[in-house]
Amino acid sequence: MASESTHAVLQPNVGTAEHGHHPAQMPTGIMRWVLTTNHKEIGSLYLLFSLLMLFVGGSMALVIRAELFQPGLQYVQPEFFNQMTTMHGLIMVFGAIMPAFVGLANWMIPMQIGAPDMALPRLNNFSFWLLPVAFGILLSTLLMEGGGPNFGWTFYAPLSTTYAPPSTSFFIMSIHLAGISSILGAINIIATILNLRTPGMRLMDMSLFVWTWLITAFLLIAVMPVLAGVVTMMLLDINFGTSFFDAAGGGDPVLFQHLFWFFGHPEVYIMILPAFGIVSLIVPTFARKRLFGYASMVYATASIALLSFVVWAHHMFTVGLPLTAELFFMYSTMLIAVPTGVKVFNWIATLFRGSISFEVPMLFALGFIVMFTIGGLSGVMLAIVPADFQYHDTYFVVAHFHYVLVPGALFAILAGAYYWMPKWTGHYADETLGRWHFWLSVIGVNLTFFPMHFSGLAGMPRRIPDYALQFADFNMISSIGGFLFGFSQLIFVWVLVKAIRGGEKAPAKAWEGAEGLEWTVPCPAPIHTFETPPKFVPEVDSPSRH
Amino acid sequence: MSKSQSSDVGVKRTVRKTLWALMGMVLFTIALVPLYDVFCEVTGLNGKTATSAQVMSAQGRDETRWVRVQLVTRSGTGLPWRLEALDQVIAVHPGEIAQARFRFTNTSDVRSSGRAVPSVSPSQGARHFRKMECFCFQEQWLEGGESIELPLVFQVDPALPADIQTLTLAYTLYPMSEVVAQGGYRE
Repeated sequence: MASESTHAVLQPNVGTAEHGHHPAQMPTGIMRWVLTTNHKEIGSLYLLFSLLMLFVGGSMALVIRAELFQPGLQYVQPEFFNQMTTMHGLIMVFGAIMPAFVGLANWMIPMQIGAPDMALPRLNNFSFWLLPVAFGILLSTLLMEGGGPNFGWTFYAPLSTTYAPPSTSFFIMSIHLAGISSILGAINIIATILNLRTPGMRLMDMSLFVWTWLITAFLLIAVMPVLAGVVTMMLLDINFGTSFFDAAGGGDPVLFQHLFWFFGHPEVYIMILPAFGIVSLIVPTFARKRLFGYASMVYATASIALLSFVVWAHHMFTVGLPLTAELFFMYSTMLIAVPTGVKVFNWIATLFRGSISFEVPMLFALGFIVMFTIGGLSGVMLAIVPADFQYHDTYFVVAHFHYVLVPGALFAILAGAYYWMPKWTGHYADETLGRWHFWLSVIGVNLTFFPMHFSGLAGMPRRIPDYALQFADFNMISSIGGFLFGFSQLIFVWVLVKAIRGGEKAPAKAWEGAEGLEWTVPCPAPIHTFETPPKFVPEVDSPSRH
Repeated sequence: MSKSQSSDVGVKRTVRKTLWALMGMVLFTIALVPLYDVFCEVTGLNGKTATSAQVMSAQGRDETRWVRVQLVTRSGTGLPWRLEALDQVIAVHPGEIAQARFRFTNTSDVRSSGRAVPSVSPSQGARHFRKMECFCFQEQWLEGGESIELPLVFQVDPALPADIQTLTLAYTLYPMSEVVAQGGYRE
């Protein structure tokens, strides 16, 4: 741990001359939040925005689950159902999971590397405020003539060009804005991590959360331009008569899928690598042991990131790839199970002979390890080409990616929120409510998504508002689980409000086994921290020390 | 003292480097489109055939094997036309010149134009399917109710891999008049 003397410099120190980026007078009220350049406030904005989007996207999921509760059309028309599946996916990916990780990065990266703020505070403010604009535009398409996007979150052309509703140009605009936001956020994070580490902290002394975010930021820089390019080509095809994806004009719809998944596969790792980082902090804290295999964790993360660029066509096994390509993408995909297996092994090895206690953050982290692994195993099943021909576009795929995204990414975010809530609010999260939240979420998530494996293997296609009778029982269970899971998340809001308003006060080091510079500043963290770089002695403070 | 002079310089340098990387990825994305076309042309991976008449291959006929050429048509992209393959299956020796007939019928009473876009599967066979004469090289105009018969003259290259015994040539009809008028056809 950094020495106790660092506490002396933690006086709130608003608007001093050295802070070129602060206005001389701190604005108050709403303008304080609109104009803020403080990493903690922007972090909170990101987190609250993503929480809001979680409920918006979640409500859409509940519309889907209500309609699928029994066969036949009950509540919504197929056109609206398609808009719900599309918007649910887009909002959860770009509006809930990604901004939540950026929010955690904003809050925790400067505090974990001993920096006073992000490297580019004004840019940070801009990246955040692009998001409400982007999602305002996206949600407004639901009210437009012809409805919102209805072609699935993967927006395959020509469904999203030739046959798309007129609102598609607004959808493209919102994707552009969200993409710019991500790129700017990534530049900021890279600049912060590479330049603002406290003296003495080498790269291999950084917390795993910082490491995974550094690698994620590079992935964002690499693939967001591809997403921007592909939606721009759609825009040109729709409005300017080009034929990138239009076979009639000499284009190729399969090109769309190649471009989309060249972005899309690294994108799914963008949504999981920071989760690995969070879990790699929480497991050692509550096992009261240092993380097993720090260096191998870093290398495994980097390997996963590199491999993510050579596996994209496993999403496209059924488009008619030549055998050589199918074999290549099958084996390269399976190869990813190796570094991922290293990670799971390291977490379990960290638990081995640890003095484990089961506070709420640890419960979510353990839930992550178990259920993310289930999602990983179904991923290996999907990687098998001959099997994928059967599973492709069925509920088995839906089960797979929800297992890695909900009890995977989302549980890790919730684990992080419970873990750092004392640092944010000064109070521990209510332990009893947190346990209710966890157990109801676990039951809900498994009731929702586990039966989807079976309905998928039995042949139920995804993205349909009505289905054959033999899938009725599985769907009813999924719907009950979906509502249970959805409403359980309200407990989290309750916990959060309670912690902000009061509760058990937390000391600077809120958890007995916690390590890292963020635990050397008081709870709640004052608005400005580490104005003077804290002392960091690798032999004592580094998570990789021997 | 929030940020030292040296870290400010470092931040600027890092930002400059990431912007260069970003620019590189933008250029890479733009380059992917022509690269994909070249890649497909070389390998025939997307089943596309040449868009203009090809000379016949003079490697002679390979009498030792037969290739079944299936001709299928699809319409239904909003053009009120019917496209029929009058010869649905033709067995040819590789190297042999063959002809297939297609009938285009405009079922509406309005003059309109369309284009039949071919696609060969398995796609590995695409570059070995040579067309000497094809209606697919240009768009067709049909008066309301008009019906015409058009030929396809083709040759299967003797270099066709031996494991391919059947080639399927699928024509899809796309409307052209609306494409020109609206810059993209929609309903």
